[in-house]
Amino acid sequence: MATASAPARQATGVRGHRKPNRSGYFFVAGYVVLLIAFGIGPTLYAFWLSISNSRGQLVGLGNFTRTFTDYRFAAAFTHIMVYVVIWLVTLMVLVVSLALMLHGRMHRTSAALRFLFYLPGALAGVASVVLWLILLDPTNSPVGFILRAFGWDSLATVILPSHLPVIFTIIAFWTGAGGWIIVVYGALNSIPPELVEAARVDGASIFQIARMIQIPLLRKWIAYMLILAFATGSQLFVEPQLVSTASFGMIPDGWSPNQLSYLYAFQAGDFNGAAALAVDLLFIGLASATVVVFRGGLFERE
Amino acid sequence: MRTKMVGAIAVVGAALALSACGSADPAPAPSAKADQFAPAAQDEASEITVWADATRVPVVKAYQKAHPEAKIKLVTYSGNANGATDLQTKVQLFDRTGNGWPDVAFSATLSDTAWAAFGDKPYAAPVDKVIDKSVLDGFAPGALDPCKVGAGTYCVRNDLAQVVLWYNKKLLDKFGYTLPTTWEEYQALGEKVAKEHPGYLVGTAGDPWAPEIYLWASQCPASTVTEAKNVTVDLKNANCSRMVGMLDKLIANKAMSKAGVFDAGFIKNQASKVLLMPGPSWFGQVLFNSTFKIPKGEIAAGAPLKFASDTATYTGNVGGGVWYISSHSKNLKTAGDLVSWVTTADEAQANAVTYPAYTKAAALWLTKQRDSGYFAADISPAFTQAAEQVWPGWSATQYSQEAIYASTVVPALNKDQTIASTIDAWQTAITNKATSLGYKVN
Repeated sequence: MATASAPARQATGVRGHRKPNRSGYFFVAGYVVLLIAFGIGPTLYAFWLSISNSRGQLVGLGNFTRTFTDYRFAAAFTHIMVYVVIWLVTLMVLVVSLALMLHGRMHRTSAALRFLFYLPGALAGVASVVLWLILLDPTNSPVGFILRAFGWDSLATVILPSHLPVIFTIIAFWTGAGGWIIVVYGALNSIPPELVEAARVDGASIFQIARMIQIPLLRKWIAYMLILAFATGSQLFVEPQLVSTASFGMIPDGWSPNQLSYLYAFQAGDFNGAAALAVDLLFIGLASATVVVFRGGLFERE
Repeated sequence: MRTKMVGAIAVVGAALALSACGSADPAPAPSAKADQFAPAAQDEASEITVWADATRVPVVKAYQKAHPEAKIKLVTYSGNANGATDLQTKVQLFDRTGNGWPDVAFSATLSDTAWAAFGDKPYAAPVDKVIDKSVLDGFAPGALDPCKVGAGTYCVRNDLAQVVLWYNKKLLDKFGYTLPTTWEEYQALGEKVAKEHPGYLVGTAGDPWAPEIYLWASQCPASTVTEAKNVTVDLKNANCSRMVGMLDKLIANKAMSKAGVFDAGFIKNQASKVLLMPGPSWFGQVLFNSTFKIPKGEIAAGAPLKFASDTATYTGNVGGGVWYISSHSKNLKTAGDLVSWVTTADEAQANAVTYPAYTKAAALWLTKQRDSGYFAADISPAFTQAAEQVWPGWSATQYSQEAIYASTVVPALNKDQTIASTIDAWQTAITNKATSLGYKVN
């Protein structure tokens, strides 16, 4: 009996799609376990810390109002806002235009250039910042003449507070944009060539093709890039921390919200305040991701 | 759907706000009471963990060689140098998990005592309960002051970093100048150098520790901790402005550099043009010899400068490492023995890079320096005199004065502003930082 029923059930499963294939759960299980252990668990713990105090009592929004009135709070969030705006705009404009250029006219050099753009991204975050510390010091830098042309003759003048958002943008673009150029290039490949061909026959210029056909079809990819870039951008930590150490503290130790959170936890021993700042960042990240998801139609199916 | 979600969020938010039953303020950190120190259960055969920086690793290994019976696990870490806070970061985590503290830790940052000796169960054990009094009495007068909180001593000083007046004897003789003995003479010489030998320098103001060299010596009350967590910050005091005024003048006529001594550009282009430089004792070997590579027989150290109107000479201090013993240690005997050996034994200290805090070892260290022949004149008189002249009114705080100076004043200097113009911002920065860490600022 049993031997006969097994193949029969399998056959109906395949033919009628009535039973979903359970093996899928097995394949995602490993990821789900790690996600719960290192993603959801810590998030819930941070959330609990942010609404309690060091004696384990519930304090409601106390930690949030307390950190909000910290003298560094406004400064840190202003810094990160200016940085994120500059970084997202440059990322979007440059990545899309570079990908369009590579895809359009530069067929022969395209592969080499894509590889070249991607290369810096292969360096680990910290290593690339250390590299930039050398590049930014006019005395050691191989491109010191460019810095001196701006009238900056020492590391101290290069990393003046007003220059920081732009400097961090350049570092972030250099390390991160290559990967996105390749992603967007791949997305461009998925646009049916007949569409572009038809537009060309109708007399559209390359700019018109880009503006009317390619960019609208890339919308989801750009939205995806913006969400991830926003998340990494708003959590800036390594860059200001390392530049601060390398300059013996010329950048305040609470420059970005993440650094401020770190100070709360490890300088003041105030893990609850630190958690409140982390939850602030989480909500800002979630809120902007929600806006981008609905505006960019990321979850729509064609 | 969306309005429902907004409603749910509002309800949760309101519930959170109403459910507050405790205060959101972090638990106050009471200062440790040395007489209440209760050691953990002791086991004299157990292994101890020692955290030391790369410079201090050989000395711990030497102890291991001299005491093969001691079980030691040596871990190399940053030593908390240059504003790193590894030790504090890790101890905060160990405090949360309830184990893992190193039995012995070296720190290059004097101000670590400001957190290590505080809290419910402070990390640092009172060393006067662990190490014999006769050993502690052998340290230079005042050397252990930064380790003292209330009646207890919470660390053992490894080296002193008293500020002396470094000078290039060869250049000074060549230009026909005499070594200044007061700050007034120093300023006059600086102005003369600017005119007669432009490009040569009498000091630097771009180092993070510039306030500890100049303002400390000027007895400026920028960081005076009175009882536990009350700190006086008064940068507008006349003792501060006299020094700030002098620095601004010397910076304006370029006799004083806006750079820091470890800036790559400074080492490359200006190191050989240093005529005078007030700086800590470790500048001799670490800076002039190893970093600037100034040849043998040029550099010498003069006694600290004084203001003509002051009756006594005071000087500053830049760093000086300390050793901590963990209050959680299960083997205080070995930990205490190791700490007293590495700080006092001749084998450990005579060849150290830095000036020993232990008086007997310091005498031997100075003879070794003389024998090495690097310095153009004997540095002993200046060093021994300065060791006793460190102004006691400048306290170590949980926050770094160096970091505040570096992020507030140095960027302004690089925008061609004067130090005097930043005094308000600087004062606010110190006050804010101190308040955020629970200090009461006067």
